Amino acid sequence: MKKAWWKVLTVVILAYVIFQGLLGTVPRQPILNETIRNLYFHVTMWFAMITVLLVSMVFAIRYLRSNSAIDDDKSAAFAKVGVMFGILGCVTGSLWANFTWGDPWPNDPKLNSAAVGMLIYFAYLLLRSSFEDEQRRARISAVYNIFAFFVFMPLIFVLPRLTDSLHPGNGGNPGFSSIDLDGQMRMVFYPAVIGWTLLGTWIASIRYRLKVIQRTQEERVAELPVGQRSTVNG
Amino acid sequence: MQELKTLIWKEIALEWRQRYAVSGMLLYVGSTIFVCYLSFKVNQNDLTPIVWNTLFWIIMLFTAVNAIAKSFAQERLGRLLYYYSIASPRAIIVSKIIYNSLLMLVLAGIGFGFYVFVMGNPVDDLGLYIISIILGSLGFASVLTMVAGIASKAENSATLMAVLSFPIILPMLLMVMKLAKNALDGLDRSVSLDEIGILLAIDAIVIALSYMLFPYLWRS
Repeated sequence: MKKAWWKVLTVVILAYVIFQGLLGTVPRQPILNETIRNLYFHVTMWFAMITVLLVSMVFAIRYLRSNSAIDDDKSAAFAKVGVMFGILGCVTGSLWANFTWGDPWPNDPKLNSAAVGMLIYFAYLLLRSSFEDEQRRARISAVYNIFAFFVFMPLIFVLPRLTDSLHPGNGGNPGFSSIDLDGQMRMVFYPAVIGWTLLGTWIASIRYRLKVIQRTQEERVAELPVGQRSTVNG
Repeated sequence: MQELKTLIWKEIALEWRQRYAVSGMLLYVGSTIFVCYLSFKVNQNDLTPIVWNTLFWIIMLFTAVNAIAKSFAQERLGRLLYYYSIASPRAIIVSKIIYNSLLMLVLAGIGFGFYVFVMGNPVDDLGLYIISIILGSLGFASVLTMVAGIASKAENSATLMAVLSFPIILPMLLMVMKLAKNALDGLDRSVSLDEIGILLAIDAIVIALSYMLFPYLWRS
């Protein structure tokens, strides 16, 4: 229970974010109106995704150094959570775009880059599933994970800034910090980033612990004499 | 250095001995371009410079994927083990990248010549366009060599090659196409410096990553 404090924190933060995000006072802006609340969900989910993918990449590097299967499990679990946040970010963004820009998928460089980024990580998942041997899968997907991360970063941070984008902070549009003069939104925004990241860590930790349990089970079954295996498996 | 030279020479000699591979690739480029030419011929005079440029780069992309996919797949297991015992993995990846860059330069050069021959030449600033072809070939070769190395370890490597490489190569493809478009419109060269810088930066990142990561890939 002592180790669970951060899970309690996650629940508290996210409850606060959802409550404040849906009911709290927000600045009135033309066009944006109430959709400005999506800032607490859409933007923060992208932040969480980048953090989670970074963690996944770090575990991939650690795997290449240590060769321990646990690092690979962690790397894969975090990458999957990253993909989940990516999809959620796309969906929330698409909702928001539908109300403010009048199109669920406007032809915007940042959107397209994000979609390509998702494709990169889908390819990662496909690559993982196409190996039988665990060691081989771990090593090759770790290599691809690192490679993908470093290509992904210029894709979403550098390229959209070169062209005009509808997103705030790109192509001469002001960022959100200029709207939020009294720092009221920041009080929710930063906790939201932390909250989603913690939630992602939580999901990833459950996933890789399940994986570890599964592996020990398999090893236990493998050690049994042949006759008893079916009863344990069934 | 000597090791590198020997390895590159080995690739060239190998290619020369099995000439059908290179001639196959050349024929691939040629017939793709001809198919495009005939397809667009149907509604003539509709080929705007943007379409011209995009079509050329798409053809180059597919040529590159096909040409480089075989760079690891064609080697037999026994031979790979032999290389493993005599050469360092870093020398191998660098030699493969250099060799594939040369191959891509040849294919892109001949492809461009043929493309201009049948599709006409709307390029204003030919020098800059050639720079964009050179940068594009180098970039495609360096990204795809690493991806080919990854894909060759898996079972269904042909599909995997396309799936893994397309999204990764996209930033580079977009930049090259933008640079080529600038050359096509004959914009002042100072406008294109940004794109050239970014292309070189992406190339540098990719080559550095390949250099660092390939030893891990090689070992398995």
